[in-house]
Amino acid sequence: MGSLRIVPILLLLASPALAQTYGIGKAPTAAELAQDITISPTGVGLPPGHGTAAEGEKLYVDKGCVFCHGPAGVGGVSVAPNLVGNKGTGPGDPVWKRVNGGEADGALPILAPDATIVWDYINRGMPLGNEGSLKPDEVYALTAYLFVINKMIPEDKVLDQSNLAQIKMPIGTEWVRVPDWKPGAPRMPGYPY
Amino acid sequence: MDFKEEPVDSKSSSRRELLKGGALAVGAAAAGATVGKTALAETPAPALPSYAANEAPQIPVSPDVVAYGVRSHYVKSVRIQEDGRPPGATSRYDNFGLTIHIQTPLQDSIGTIQASSLHYCATTKGAYVPDIDPDKHTLLINGLVDRPRIFTMADLKRFPSVTRFHFVECIANNANATHKNVQQSHGTCSNAEWTGVLLSTLLKECGLQDKATWFIAEGAEEVKGASTLPINKAMDDVIVAYGMNGEPLRPQQGFPVRLITPGFEGIFNTKWLRHIKVVDQYQLNMNDFGHLRRDETSAALGYTWGAKSVITFPSGSQKLPEPGWYEITGLAWSGNGAVRKVEVSTDGGQTWNEAELKGIPLRKAHTRFGYMWHWDGDEHVIMSRTTDETGAVQPTREQVAKALGLAYTPNFRPPGTNNTIMPWKIAKDGSVTNGLA
Repeated sequence: MGSLRIVPILLLLASPALAQTYGIGKAPTAAELAQDITISPTGVGLPPGHGTAAEGEKLYVDKGCVFCHGPAGVGGVSVAPNLVGNKGTGPGDPVWKRVNGGEADGALPILAPDATIVWDYINRGMPLGNEGSLKPDEVYALTAYLFVINKMIPEDKVLDQSNLAQIKMPIGTEWVRVPDWKPGAPRMPGYPY
Repeated sequence: MDFKEEPVDSKSSSRRELLKGGALAVGAAAAGATVGKTALAETPAPALPSYAANEAPQIPVSPDVVAYGVRSHYVKSVRIQEDGRPPGATSRYDNFGLTIHIQTPLQDSIGTIQASSLHYCATTKGAYVPDIDPDKHTLLINGLVDRPRIFTMADLKRFPSVTRFHFVECIANNANATHKNVQQSHGTCSNAEWTGVLLSTLLKECGLQDKATWFIAEGAEEVKGASTLPINKAMDDVIVAYGMNGEPLRPQQGFPVRLITPGFEGIFNTKWLRHIKVVDQYQLNMNDFGHLRRDETSAALGYTWGAKSVITFPSGSQKLPEPGWYEITGLAWSGNGAVRKVEVSTDGGQTWNEAELKGIPLRKAHTRFGYMWHWDGDEHVIMSRTTDETGAVQPTREQVAKALGLAYTPNFRPPGTNNTIMPWKIAKDGSVTNGLA
């Protein structure tokens, strides 16, 4: 009985999964690590750079943003979201109805809880057809322009890698975290379906 | 006769002539007994078997038929653009004609898997399907790991592999009264056999650190769509998949490598996977816009799929030709685990009959069910409901509203992923329509 119990432990010890590695793959080079474009909510990963709304306003036209999103972020083509929030439908509902009247539908940058998400969204996803082509200074400038037309920052504010994450977003804390998932956990505590 | 030199058509017709000749010859040989030796001597030599009883024309052999195979031209089942719009048309899911939401023809589905060519497909907002050279593609894993690593496709295939059946279902799979058939109401869900390496294997290789709580998965398409997922999920059953139904992934399914996150909402199953970053705090990413919510209910229920099933035959737009016996059949699945039971009602949910499960139910995968039913030619509302291994029972829309304390109206839209019971109405003429309408 005792020896039978030992067998699986011995098998485990022999398995590379426990303590060893397979030694497959390579340590990434600096160039390969540069693929990592993720930005943390506190700003880790933001490249050095800076930009103002005035610079962003020019880029907004030069880079073609205006064709889809409309002059000053309003009235573009129907499938591109407005970039300026409206006044909301009531005091208790100032943020969630801001863009296109919908809840989080295509409006992540304005609704986002972190200013870094706006920078990241523009950096990886814009402009249409030429994604990933903007230089860091250009992304800071466009982000500043977006924040100014939404009356979030003063017009002359210079955004850079050290102050971007401190910008307060309109949504504040009005959003919830996704569930803390564990294997076998119900979809929602107390919900039977 | 030189088969190599002749074009396909003349080849098959020549062969047919030859076979006809053979049949005549056999007939002549049979008659020959009374005709005598002369007739027999003039008969062509080879007495090939007769195919005269088989009236179907032959399918011409072509390089395509040899190389990859072609289904019968009598089989017309095809995918459709979600919302019933023609391919390329603009829809809510189709910004600038780039994003595609394509639904699988569940009404024609057989067994439990979707052929790779018919598997549903949805792409990141504003994204094309990239044409990736697998020899140049790599997967970078960094962040809270002791040994950041970059893997080629060849590297990934050296790790111990898993082959598992799992469904993938988009949160847009949300049946409503306007849907004409099960392709429109449930076709943004498919099931396939996925082969790859467990993400947990790769994270152990990289030396996952204890403080890791979340990971970001990012695709290589032009917008680099990314989602944040719990590290608990990574260490449970997430697959870094390169194979599907016995061959490499198709481009629309993330070629050359994608994430499979069993039971989680579709968008988490990151395609064209190029980067995994392990982090210690939750963050919203490009692909997480749908999970930004202001109430706990829609955040929690929009995350994973519960117990769900749907009848695929008879279903909307189909027709029962006459009263008599039919196998009511459909699919059941759950993001919580394996299907334990499926029941079918033919009286609008008043009474329930246990259905037969076809094969062994697998975790977070489609299970085919069947229930033999004698249709009496009268009006009926048929529906199915499943119970999964956790004991969760698929609810009606009314039950969801009641459990959440929400007002129920005919237009009630269940928050999050919709796993409610789908009714089909059978009319006296045998025609089947949406029971929600």
